[in-house]
Amino acid sequence: MGILEVRDVNKNFGGLKALQNVNLDVQEGSVHAIIGPNGAGKSTLLNCFIGRLTPDTGSVMFNGSTLLGLKPHEINQAGVVRVFQTPEIFSELSLLENVMIPAFAKRDGSFKLNAWSDVGSHKAIREKAEHMLEEVGLADDRDKTSSSMSRGDKRRLELAMCLVQDPVLLLLDEPTAGMSRADTNATIDLLKKIGGRGITKIVIEHDMHVVFSLADRISVLAQGTVIVEDIPSKIKGNEKVQEAYLGGAHL
Amino acid sequence: MLTLFTKSSEKSDLLLLALFAIVVFAMPIWLAPFGAAYPDLMQRFAIFGIFATGFNILFGLTGYLSFGHAAFLGVGSYTAVWTFKLLGMNPIPAIISAVVVAGLFALVIGFISLRRSGIYFSILTLAFAQMCYNLAYSVLTPITNGETGLRVLQDDIRLFDAPTVGEGAPLISHIGGIEMQGMPGFYFCAVLLIVMVGVAMRIFRSPFGMMLKAVKTNQTRLNYTGVNTRPYTLAAFVISGMYAGLAGSLMCVIDPLAGAERMQWTASGEVVLMTILGGVGTIIGPIIGAALIKYFENIFSAFNDQTLDGIFSFLPEPLKEGVVNVTSLFVGDGWNLSLGILFVLIVVFLPGGVTEGLNRTGKFILRRFGIGRDPENEEKTSPAPGE
Repeated sequence: MGILEVRDVNKNFGGLKALQNVNLDVQEGSVHAIIGPNGAGKSTLLNCFIGRLTPDTGSVMFNGSTLLGLKPHEINQAGVVRVFQTPEIFSELSLLENVMIPAFAKRDGSFKLNAWSDVGSHKAIREKAEHMLEEVGLADDRDKTSSSMSRGDKRRLELAMCLVQDPVLLLLDEPTAGMSRADTNATIDLLKKIGGRGITKIVIEHDMHVVFSLADRISVLAQGTVIVEDIPSKIKGNEKVQEAYLGGAHL
Repeated sequence: MLTLFTKSSEKSDLLLLALFAIVVFAMPIWLAPFGAAYPDLMQRFAIFGIFATGFNILFGLTGYLSFGHAAFLGVGSYTAVWTFKLLGMNPIPAIISAVVVAGLFALVIGFISLRRSGIYFSILTLAFAQMCYNLAYSVLTPITNGETGLRVLQDDIRLFDAPTVGEGAPLISHIGGIEMQGMPGFYFCAVLLIVMVGVAMRIFRSPFGMMLKAVKTNQTRLNYTGVNTRPYTLAAFVISGMYAGLAGSLMCVIDPLAGAERMQWTASGEVVLMTILGGVGTIIGPIIGAALIKYFENIFSAFNDQTLDGIFSFLPEPLKEGVVNVTSLFVGDGWNLSLGILFVLIVVFLPGGVTEGLNRTGKFILRRFGIGRDPENEEKTSPAPGE
């Protein structure tokens, strides 16, 4: 029994079969990577988990209840939190506010008319957010706005925004895309550090270096179907995978 | 002092509010040199200040541009006059009922309009406001008295007035015998302006206000952060509708007459201009914008060729005639032209409105005299040009 169970998911866009009978079991506390060439349907699959897309058929069960038909904020409140491919942050607000907002959402639920108290008077939330910024190494910039940050810093900020909610399942969509090697390594270290907290993670990634340093299990997606699912060491030598990626060239 | 004009000051809200209260109550003194210290105009400064402050809670924080807020102004006015007619000339019940009814209207209109965002939201609010206008102007004549306008009559019920006010007593709103006209009327509106600015400050500084700012910055992210944005925007819409209802009722407190023209789309546009002119998203900006527009309306529309002759009398005769002929286009009935030019200049050169101008001037002075140099603060207070 996985914490996330995906059964026979199909999704068509017009004539394009984006996902065909996709099955996935993600074990609690593990890091599950989904890899595959461009256009394989990785992001489509992720979008089906968070309420951005609804599969045509099939089921997505999280912790024993379905995620299908839930609104994005309800899925988040259930504990499924996503880091986007291009960092989605509140660029006009300060870093601290960026992290306090999800902390409030976690504590107060999807709506609370808290219009009479000062933001600063919520000490526990503030401390939690400051602590999280420290953990991702952005504590010094907490009063700056996030619009002028580098992409790597934005990504780390978004990670802090997700982690402050103590998610059950964290979805990472190409967490190192467009990053320098140094930034990539820093992100891997960060993800390993937070790995100890028992957060289940699904990682979509192109960078094999990242995948093989993080993942416990790997599913390979090609043309909308899962062609292989196994532990990393067995994926490396798998011929089907090499076929799917480079038409036979070695990884 | 400078923090009064910035988007977010740290603490000492009460001090700022006290400062603001002093400035407002001293208006009869410091406005005198500008020829604006008469009660009629100052009342309007306060009333439209409340209207624009409320509008800014929606537009400034969430970025949702309502083009129909005059509807709530009108609803507030009609409710106030009806309260006068039924309960008597005390302004307190009139204000309370106007705020409640305007809030209910905002709840319904907001619930439907907020299903869309951007230009579609604006058009929906505009459509609703025009429907309200037409209802008031013709369809609901028994309630609104159509184009004549709704006023309080001697033979109205006025439940609580009857024993104290005799036949033929003037139908003017009053508390404890003080008639809400002239300076008392101004002070009544001024107190409410200060209270409502205080409320707005608290909202800006609250977690609720922070969520509204997040809606403006990245609504998608907020949804995926576990926040249901719809009730937040709806609450902001209702609160700003209640501010408008309060402003509408105050118009009737100082002059118990409600007309449909108050709901027309030009009135909705005016509050947008006020907010942008003063500075969107700042506490004090919309009030400055409201005062500027009302000042222009009053002062420039009162100018005529004789006054212009007087102003330019130092010029030689032929030149003077030319100057007067040209400038007369921009005053009197043409005061809107002056306002238009001012608006264009501000939007092009000061996208942050008058408050941005004040901020820049303040910083320039500070730098000039080498006090309070703080590069980090500078970055924070000046919004990017393209904003």
